[in-house]
Amino acid sequence: MRYNDPSPLEVRVISQRFDLPDPASIDTYLANEGYVAIRKVLGMTPEAIIEELKTSSLRGRGGAGFPTGMKWSFVPRNTGKPTYIICNSDESEPGTCKDRLLMENDPHQLIEGMLIAGWTIKSNKGYIFIRGEYRYLIDIVDRAIAEAYERGYLGKNILGSGWDFDVYTHTGAGAYECGEESALLESLEGKRGVPRLKPPFPAVVGAFQSPTILNNCETFSSVPVIFRNGGAWYAELGTPKNGGTRLVCVSGHVNKPGVYELPMGFPIMRIIHEVCGGMRNGKKLKAVIPGGSSSPVLRADECDIPYDFDSLAKAKTMAGSGGIVVLDEDTDIVAVALRTMKFYAHESCGWCIPCREGTTWLKKILTRFHEGGGLPSDIDLIGELAGNMLGRTFCALGDAAAMPTGGFITKFRGEFEEYLNRQSAPEPAAPELVSIA
Amino acid sequence: MTFSPELEARFTKLLASYPPGRTRSAVVPMLLYAQDEVGAVTQEVVEEVARRCSVTPLQVDEVIGYYSMLHRKPLGKYHVQVCTNIACQALGGEQLFEHACRALRLGNKEVSSDGLISLEEVECIGACSWAPAIQINYDFHHFVTPERFDQLISALRDGSYGRKAS
Amino acid sequence: MADPVKFTIDGQELQAAPGTLLINAAKKAGISIPSFCYYDDLSLQAACRMCLVEVEKTPKLQVACTLPVAEGMVVHTDSPQVRQARKGMVEFLLTNHPLDCPVCDKGGECELQDMVFRYGAGESRFRETKVHVDEKQWSPVVFYDAPRCILCYRCVRICGEGLGVSALGVGNRGVVSEIIPNAGDHLECDECGLCIDICPVGALTSGTYRYKTRPWEMEHIGTICTHCSNGCKTTLGVRNGDIIRANNRDHSGVNGEFLCIKGRYAFDFNEHPERLTAPLVRTNGELKPVSWAIALATVAKKFNELRARNGKFGVIGSNHTTNEENYVLQKFARQVLGTSNIDHHRTGDVATLLDALQGRANVLATTGGLLKTKAALVIDSDLAQEQPLLAFQLRANARLNKSHVYAITPGPVREDNYAKTARAELGKEFDVLDGWREQLAKEPELVILFGAAIKGEAIRRLVAFGDSLGIPVKYVCLVDYSNSRGASDMGLLPDLLPGYQPISNAALEPGLNADQILADPNLDALWVIGANPFVRQNLASRRAFLVVQDLFLTETARHADVVLPAASAYEKNGTVTNVCGDVQRLSRGAKTMGAKPDLEIFALLAREMRADLGVLTPEAVFSEIRSAVHGYDLPLLVLETGGAAPTAPVNGRVLFQAKPELIRSAGNTLFTSGTLGRYSQMLNSVMEAPGALYQDPHKEPVVQPGSVQVETIVSHG
Ligand SMILES: Cc1cc2nc3c(=O)[nH]c(=O)nc-3n(C[C@H](O)[C@H](O)[C@H](O)COP(=O)(O)O)c2cc1C
Ligand code: SF4
Ligand code: FES
Repeated sequence: MRYNDPSPLEVRVISQRFDLPDPASIDTYLANEGYVAIRKVLGMTPEAIIEELKTSSLRGRGGAGFPTGMKWSFVPRNTGKPTYIICNSDESEPGTCKDRLLMENDPHQLIEGMLIAGWTIKSNKGYIFIRGEYRYLIDIVDRAIAEAYERGYLGKNILGSGWDFDVYTHTGAGAYECGEESALLESLEGKRGVPRLKPPFPAVVGAFQSPTILNNCETFSSVPVIFRNGGAWYAELGTPKNGGTRLVCVSGHVNKPGVYELPMGFPIMRIIHEVCGGMRNGKKLKAVIPGGSSSPVLRADECDIPYDFDSLAKAKTMAGSGGIVVLDEDTDIVAVALRTMKFYAHESCGWCIPCREGTTWLKKILTRFHEGGGLPSDIDLIGELAGNMLGRTFCALGDAAAMPTGGFITKFRGEFEEYLNRQSAPEPAAPELVSIA
Repeated sequence: MTFSPELEARFTKLLASYPPGRTRSAVVPMLLYAQDEVGAVTQEVVEEVARRCSVTPLQVDEVIGYYSMLHRKPLGKYHVQVCTNIACQALGGEQLFEHACRALRLGNKEVSSDGLISLEEVECIGACSWAPAIQINYDFHHFVTPERFDQLISALRDGSYGRKAS
Repeated sequence: MADPVKFTIDGQELQAAPGTLLINAAKKAGISIPSFCYYDDLSLQAACRMCLVEVEKTPKLQVACTLPVAEGMVVHTDSPQVRQARKGMVEFLLTNHPLDCPVCDKGGECELQDMVFRYGAGESRFRETKVHVDEKQWSPVVFYDAPRCILCYRCVRICGEGLGVSALGVGNRGVVSEIIPNAGDHLECDECGLCIDICPVGALTSGTYRYKTRPWEMEHIGTICTHCSNGCKTTLGVRNGDIIRANNRDHSGVNGEFLCIKGRYAFDFNEHPERLTAPLVRTNGELKPVSWAIALATVAKKFNELRARNGKFGVIGSNHTTNEENYVLQKFARQVLGTSNIDHHRTGDVATLLDALQGRANVLATTGGLLKTKAALVIDSDLAQEQPLLAFQLRANARLNKSHVYAITPGPVREDNYAKTARAELGKEFDVLDGWREQLAKEPELVILFGAAIKGEAIRRLVAFGDSLGIPVKYVCLVDYSNSRGASDMGLLPDLLPGYQPISNAALEPGLNADQILADPNLDALWVIGANPFVRQNLASRRAFLVVQDLFLTETARHADVVLPAASAYEKNGTVTNVCGDVQRLSRGAKTMGAKPDLEIFALLAREMRADLGVLTPEAVFSEIRSAVHGYDLPLLVLETGGAAPTAPVNGRVLFQAKPELIRSAGNTLFTSGTLGRYSQMLNSVMEAPGALYQDPHKEPVVQPGSVQVETIVSHG
């Protein structure tokens, strides 16, 4: 089920089955154009498939927005090694809760997407990496996989093509970093979720040291419809270079927070006021975190832009994972900055110095600052430390922590300065108890 | 060490799902599933998983320390996880956690003396649009007000708590 | 090889082979790029981020430790941006690093201190509380202080990649990440201490050394480990004549990085309370301390007496004394005492090997050669237990140069993890070899290392097998102690003179061997130097006058009439010859009041007996050895500069009576070292030591008698 009412403004392409009875069952899927695309694709060459994807201008929904067709084209052919299809359903970016719905309500769409990827590189195995907290989804997806085997959409000689493909679920166990593609692959191999040196990228050396297509759950789920209705059709739904629709997760101070499927390029202000019924209790909009907690915040006056990768990049932030957090005038930005940094400090894998030490130091300063023990020099220090992390860490988690912090400081410096004026006795910070539970 | 027939079946399937010679891949899932049954990752579990996945106990230790859902010490029968990350924070997640501490008389990562309930302040659990959200074991509960929280807790206490996610 | 790529670092036009890492290319040009986690020959981490440099046309700073040089690349390693980045990294590192340098063992030789000094900021902007975790003791020799750890993962890699032990891992996550041991709260490992040596900071500290001194208060003396035959260079940290530390941080010597627990910790026998510090003479049944003058006079008088009436002497020499001492001892026996009854505990049949190899050139492998050979074959030795350095080198060679390693042993060995190995009962090795012949013949070259079980005829058979392969084959006869090879080379044998020359050259008859000496009821005098034969066999002769030179009152010394306190190898100068025939210099480090180097004792005794053996200083004797002993005409410069010079062996018939039954392995393990080892508290304090976990490899269950199991763990392509 989905946990919020739909909006008439939605364009229901990958969420079209969400409200049907028993949406996750294969019968529902088959009755609604399910497994039509794979039949088409089985007649296509890898080149043709990748061309179609490029035409669709589908871009990765995991965060980076990398063109999916191009990514698939990087996989080397006949290396003699096996190849793998990996679905990233680790969904841990704060503000994001869409992959959950896709697996809960339409697991077969995801499986079909992975099948198409599998056929493209003649892979025989796929894994769906699901975050540990989503245990109930593992049961749902496993059931769907079992159905697909029964009906011959998975297993040996799929639809008489002579090609075999297996799909398995694999659970995480609580680690945001395992959403980072190479850390995910380490985790899949039973190790600590520490990212790998890149290059080589997963396309060349991925799962089990073999060529791999690794995409986000929503990305794979968007593939079948592209081959049902054509890449051009899909591209048309969005804006140039930002094809199709995406599940936008709106949270925070709006009247109707929820996950809505909207065409790429849908204006942010309309999302807030028309899709989500405006600001809660008629409050004024203060800020929007547009693409999950890693994306630099937008001031209210900066929000009048279309919601797609390029428009947000122009605004020096990112559409990221599609998690839009709307904040009203009463929001304490320092508190938000602190909570954000608490998260990254907790999730830093600890591999490299700037991320491991930087996130913790920033967390401690922000904590002191929030408790009223701030110093004027702290504000610049916070900015500088974020700067010392940015672009210098082993993986992008460091950037993900530094970018929003820099954003809060530059765009809401005033609020930080106000904190200094609030006269409140700073408690001496008690030595931090490090829980190793 | 042997587990319930269901879990044993799950493990057999699990080990078969990875490429030949890649049994190490099963370490994380095995630990989590075993923890769900045993209540904690005991030393016995560590050695058993190491044996089944043909890795060293050290390699299992390394993993346990890394993943925040894996615990050496037992949690409560009901593990109550309150999200306070930004989306939940915006709608009172932090106040909800404070309320939980008071209502349960527990601090973060503490277990009630009777072992029934444990409490944890967690990171984003993927319910941002339906915040504030909590998880009781693996069940999601959305739009949780302090009142709703209290109802859930009394349900836990009087045993009327069902497994249905709301 | 592909043509070199051209690039520029800090304005210097440079060239390097494609694939060369920027950090190494810079180092070669004398430009040092700071790093913690990068370490030669270990896997790449890119974790410390200290080596960030500016590469033109790339927006972000690049990590020099993982970036291969590319054609036309223009690099700046000292731009303002780079300096600022380094400063930032050091500042981050220090946030949770305790600033306890004044009491930290590493103070003064800490890479982090140096880094802060060069690149760091004067004052810290960190005003928060540091993460604190208590220090842990993982074993009697290894302590870990998590807050000091900078997580460079060197220790984890050297233990796993270098030793193949993998006793260290990483625990927890984020800022509380730490190194964890393999047995929960403690270590079960080789206790080699390489992790401590390689730690750039004071996170890992040594049980013997911690809080004992400041580095700059010690004198650092490079000498050779006195335990096993591998002859590792060890640098003694000496303060007021006491050894406080042993390591090999300057990576000089045949062992480079390596030292085992014995080389690093088992020097403590030197200060053992039971160390003899005064000569003892038996007066009415009891050993009483006397002056050197009296002790020497007593021995001289008795020896002269016996010499006068052609008394029957027996001399048993040592596996630990220097070449100079062994050379002089056999001369003393043959020229002064006029006896050929001289021998030592033979731990390998070197003489037979040399005889079997007659006429062949370049057939003895060197220690360094083991790091380069394309293939090696180990027979009847658990290298990791008995020849630790050789085990380390074979593994390194396989890891870094993809060399092939084969092993045939009665019990499981560590090589099982990466080599092609087989189990065979002693005596059945050749059944396996015949099966491997074809594959071995495909190797471009081969080094064969064999243990004491291969002796006499078996050695000739092995050499014949080597010939049959039709490829260049070299051999190593695995002996056990620091100078076992030297004792044999210097003629501590009843029928061979130094350099394996026939006894007839000295117009002498072959004498009694060790077993015969001990068993002879008519023996008049027995002189034992640095040996403890009575643990195995009692003295038959009731009348024999027994003189013992040793560090301790051993089982043998207890029966002596005169005991002369000897200096240890760490207290003398001279040369020793390791298992591969590499000759290296000992340098006097410590001193023990009252004890004298054996060479000095020989000189004093000769004077006392009015015998002329010439000038008996290590230098004088060594120059005599160089001219008199075949194969020892070695380049002095190499030795003087602390290098290893391989002896060119005899190349011709060795005329002697092979006595396979006299070849006995000492059966030492990583945690034992014959009699000497029993006096090392450190060696006996680790849980792997005898009596605890430890399994004697010689007692490992062998396969069913008569049967052979070939289990191929790794088959090389
Ligand atoms: C710290 C970090 C966390 C990430 N978490 C996720 C995640 O939870 N889910 C996801 O799909 N991608 C995540 N990503 C992005 C992945 O690395 C990868 O780019 C993405 O899964 C590729 O799929 P796509 O091309 O379909 O977007 C994360 C990246 C970083 C640096
Ligand atoms: S213990 Fe030392 S060597 Fe090992 S990771 Fe820590 S700092 Fe590096
Ligand atoms: S922020 Fe609480 S569920 Fe995402």
